[in-house]
Amino acid sequence: MEAQASHLMASGGPSHRAVGADLGGGTYDRAHRGTVGEIRVEVPRMRCTKVNVHYGDKHAIHDVSLDVGKNEVLAMIGPSGCGKSTFLRCLNRMNDTVASCRVTGEILLDGKDIMAPEVDVVPLRARVGMVFQKPNPLTFPKSIFENVAFGPRIHGLVQTRAELEEVVVTSLQKANLWEEVKDRLNDPGTGLSGGQQQRLCIARAIAIQPEVILMDEPCSALDPISTAKIEQLIDELRRQFSICIVTHSMQQAARVSQRTAYFHLGDLIEVGDTDQIFVKPQHQLTEDYITGRFG
Amino acid sequence: MNQTALLVVLLLTLSSLAYHFGRKRAFAVSGGRIRTLHSLPAYYGLYSALWSILPALAVTAIWLAMQDSVITGMVVAALPPDLSGLEPARLNLLLNDIRNLVAGNIVSSQPSADVLAAADRYRSLQGTSGFALFTTALGLAAAGAWFGYSRIRPEYRSRNAVERTVMWVLIGCSTIAILTTVGIVLSVLFESIRFFHAVPVTDFLFGLDWSPQIAIRADQAGSSGAFGAVPLFAGTMLITLIAMVVAVPIGLMSAIYLAEYASARMRSIAKPLLEVLAGIPTVVYGFFAALMVAPFIRDSGALFGLDIASESAMAAGLVMGVMIIPFVSSLSDDVINAVPQSLRDGAYGMGATQSETIRRVIFPAALPGIVGAVLLAVSRAIGETMIVVMAAGLAAKLTANPFEAVTTVTVQIVTLLVGDQEFDSPKTLAAFALGLLLFFVTLVLNVFALYIVRKYREQYE
Amino acid sequence: MSETNFASAEDKMFARVEAGMKRRRAAEKRFQWYGRCAVALGLTFLVVLFVSIVSNGYTAFWQTRVTLDVTLDASVIDPQGSRDPEVLRAADYGGLIKATLRDMFPDVTGRRDRFALYGLISNGAAFDLRDRVLANPQLIGTTVSLSVAADDDVDMLMKGHIDRDGAEADRRIKDNQLGWIDQLQADGRLERVFNLDFFANGDSRDPELAGIRGALMGSVFTLVVTLALSFPLAVAAAVYLEEFAPKNRWTDLIEVNINNLAAVPSIVFGLLGLAVFINFFTLPRSAPLVGGLVLTLMTLPTIIIASRASLKSVPPSIREGALGVGASPMQAVMYHVLPLAMPGMLTGTIIGMAQALGETAPLLMIGMVAFIADVPNGVFDPSTVLPVQIYLWADSPERAYVEKTSAAILVLLLFLATMNAVAVLLRRRFERRW
Repeated sequence: MEAQASHLMASGGPSHRAVGADLGGGTYDRAHRGTVGEIRVEVPRMRCTKVNVHYGDKHAIHDVSLDVGKNEVLAMIGPSGCGKSTFLRCLNRMNDTVASCRVTGEILLDGKDIMAPEVDVVPLRARVGMVFQKPNPLTFPKSIFENVAFGPRIHGLVQTRAELEEVVVTSLQKANLWEEVKDRLNDPGTGLSGGQQQRLCIARAIAIQPEVILMDEPCSALDPISTAKIEQLIDELRRQFSICIVTHSMQQAARVSQRTAYFHLGDLIEVGDTDQIFVKPQHQLTEDYITGRFG
Repeated sequence: MNQTALLVVLLLTLSSLAYHFGRKRAFAVSGGRIRTLHSLPAYYGLYSALWSILPALAVTAIWLAMQDSVITGMVVAALPPDLSGLEPARLNLLLNDIRNLVAGNIVSSQPSADVLAAADRYRSLQGTSGFALFTTALGLAAAGAWFGYSRIRPEYRSRNAVERTVMWVLIGCSTIAILTTVGIVLSVLFESIRFFHAVPVTDFLFGLDWSPQIAIRADQAGSSGAFGAVPLFAGTMLITLIAMVVAVPIGLMSAIYLAEYASARMRSIAKPLLEVLAGIPTVVYGFFAALMVAPFIRDSGALFGLDIASESAMAAGLVMGVMIIPFVSSLSDDVINAVPQSLRDGAYGMGATQSETIRRVIFPAALPGIVGAVLLAVSRAIGETMIVVMAAGLAAKLTANPFEAVTTVTVQIVTLLVGDQEFDSPKTLAAFALGLLLFFVTLVLNVFALYIVRKYREQYE
Repeated sequence: MSETNFASAEDKMFARVEAGMKRRRAAEKRFQWYGRCAVALGLTFLVVLFVSIVSNGYTAFWQTRVTLDVTLDASVIDPQGSRDPEVLRAADYGGLIKATLRDMFPDVTGRRDRFALYGLISNGAAFDLRDRVLANPQLIGTTVSLSVAADDDVDMLMKGHIDRDGAEADRRIKDNQLGWIDQLQADGRLERVFNLDFFANGDSRDPELAGIRGALMGSVFTLVVTLALSFPLAVAAAVYLEEFAPKNRWTDLIEVNINNLAAVPSIVFGLLGLAVFINFFTLPRSAPLVGGLVLTLMTLPTIIIASRASLKSVPPSIREGALGVGASPMQAVMYHVLPLAMPGMLTGTIIGMAQALGETAPLLMIGMVAFIADVPNGVFDPSTVLPVQIYLWADSPERAYVEKTSAAILVLLLFLATMNAVAVLLRRRFERRW
């Protein structure tokens, strides 16, 4: 444990002090913030360093540094309002659409800073796709087919109708939805069940072949069976994409992810292999959360 | 009329007396222990006051409404047969003379003895009626007050009685909307039916020729008058179309720009400024159209060798379009803001640019609402009067050329009704037939548009 | 599938996305430009409208007046010396003015020239003189210095609306008149003063005498009637519909009716007024009373809708609190909810009144469009209203009326702006977040 903490100090820079001395205290001292555990991975897809987010006067995210590895599922957990969704939305700059929101720090995608002002969010979002909490199939274009075709169309990824159809079919297949909708591709997406809609949204996201898929509590509006299907899907998709998933459910995080990050009041408290976090959390707060003392 | 005011003041005094004594009596019957009363003493006072004033006021109102026609009837009945047998229009003139005599105004010609006698009779009847009204109303008020007063007992639920009355008054007020609609329908329908006795409905709806001037002499040219309303519809549609071509793109695009792109600061300045356009009275637009825009269009046309009428449909349509811009933009703004954020997120999350999101996601999603807004705008353009009265022409012409002068339904209603009205000639009645048509068309448009907008809202609620 | 494969697939995708970006950024820019142009166009219209009306109208607030030294000849005014007001009133003051003009320009002879000379002075001058003499009969026999309104053509010339150098035939001021005017100006007898007549007079066939007082008073009376009727009716209707009405077909019908009435063309209300108030109830034509009744029906939906919104914004806790201490539902509404909703209702009412003030079309139907020179004194007097006066003047061919029309519009807009400003202030002052 001590060794890990000192390793962190080396990799996270001087401001990322380990808070080992406070671990047993139980109370969380804001003056001694920092992250426990290994925030870096060997082959990062994305690398965030000292990310801060302000909403107007409110400091929503404090100095978060975190890597997203290739072909891994990274789960972000924490109590409501801890900033996990806000942080997720930084990764494809969705926070740009919120007027009062200001993001600082460095976020690299394949080694390139996506926070630089000259970076266009449009191609960025083509590489970092997103799936939202509430399934939001587009009402226009309406049909299942057009929902999936939306991305390839706007980004000009396909030249011919045949290509487009191929992309749509592959995406639906990858999203495990093909069998259920192949006979009604022209029906409205809103006519599907909640779980199907969410898989449709995933199909829509993977149709443009992103590198990273961000999922913001994708199952919170779904029933257990649909949730299980999505979780299985996430596990399959890992082979091709990097996935960051924000979830309320610790069981879900334990089931689908390889690494888990625990957020608390805007701080990244602890990161580590999912097995380790859930079995042997190092930080008192993480342990309290996981054992259900709050959250 | 001063008498009426006096009567009302007297009635109010009586009822406030009733209030005072009612309240006092409530104290008295409770023996000083107010808690034994069912309601607060003021309610007992109010109860007597209401009994005093409501029946008396109702009778007064009915009396005043009926008085004139009853007296007129009696005066006409007493006229010598050669006068009372006159045709309605002449009789009306005569009655006007009599009324003017009664009011002490100067009359058109030296009145005959019969007329003078009739005026005297009118005056005396008026006096009698006024006296009778005074006694009746005051008597009723007193009786009512006494009745209310006599019913005051500690266990009497006066608050409930007062509240019931107030509730009925409230209900009465809320039915005004229905009464207005019924009034509109009846008033235009009644005169329209008379019109359709003179001119067949089919001639009116499908006739291609509109020249409502009825000649004085039967042998004059065009003496029959032509009441084919098609050129009016065409003119209305032409001007409405021009207005929409101006208003819809500008209104819609500015709504989109202000909702999606503009900074909060710019929005807070530009939006109220655009809405100023909606607050400007239509007569101002009419003046602007007739004196600034129309000459400008005519002169610019002359530069290119085009012969443009100085009352061209273009001028009226353009200005009407400007007037409707804020209407379209504020309605579209509501509609666009009702599109849920999740749809926007969906598109942005896929990497759509802002304009792609607007054009491919927000606009189609908001389309039903926007269609509703445009329909409401169309209904407004069709019913708009002053701009076209001042800037469009009078002559009915069946043309699609925006640079020619056309006339509209509303212009014709105004021209037919301003000035002399003869309610027995199709010329005046035609205005009501046009009004009926206008009401019907705008009603259908409004109901349809409001329905669409409501359905649209429900979809995202 | 190996990882390198994926990387190349990703790169291929990404290259395609990048390839399209130039076109898409241009489209984005173009779309933003459309929006910017739309807003700019809308604002341009507003500016053009205001600039053209202000530039046409502001001169109407000044007036050209001519100072005349009129000798009040006793033998003309009051030959018997009785000083009887009736005699004084009937005297030929016009003759005195003409005589004064003849004396000032002795070399003008010939009927036609003299006529042209008299034409420089407004017809109202004689009335000014008469009022002066009636107010102070001692002046008879003396010479008074009288400032009278110049004819509208002279006024237009002084304001630069008539081109001095244009062909004489096209000019409303002829060459000889130009000479006299120049002479008057050289003598310092022409002056430009604030146009009090414009605010003090009723309508007139002479543009230089025409004022908006009559129309303004007509508007005031009409609005008073409208306010007195529509406010209580609308509040009562709103209270019933929002607080007490059961949800049934009947209240649905009322609701649909209110929403539709708000969108019925105003001219249809004029037809209603004509058929019901004038023909059926035989109320006087052209009277503010009828105008007020029609406008009441027209503004009711607006005020009802605003009042309901205002009632809706009062939180249920207020009602529950009142009911909880034993108030009846009626008492809860009357003493607790209504006072809180009142500012919102007042705001809606002011907006409704502003709408009524600017309304023209329905009033044309009920005869408020007649030429009425007298200032009305009550709701039964024939009168016109400000917007109708604008319409009437806009129809008049004289150049001077263009100026008058624009000025009347400015006055109307000033009133509307004030009303709306009050509404906005009221809303800001009482806006509550519960």
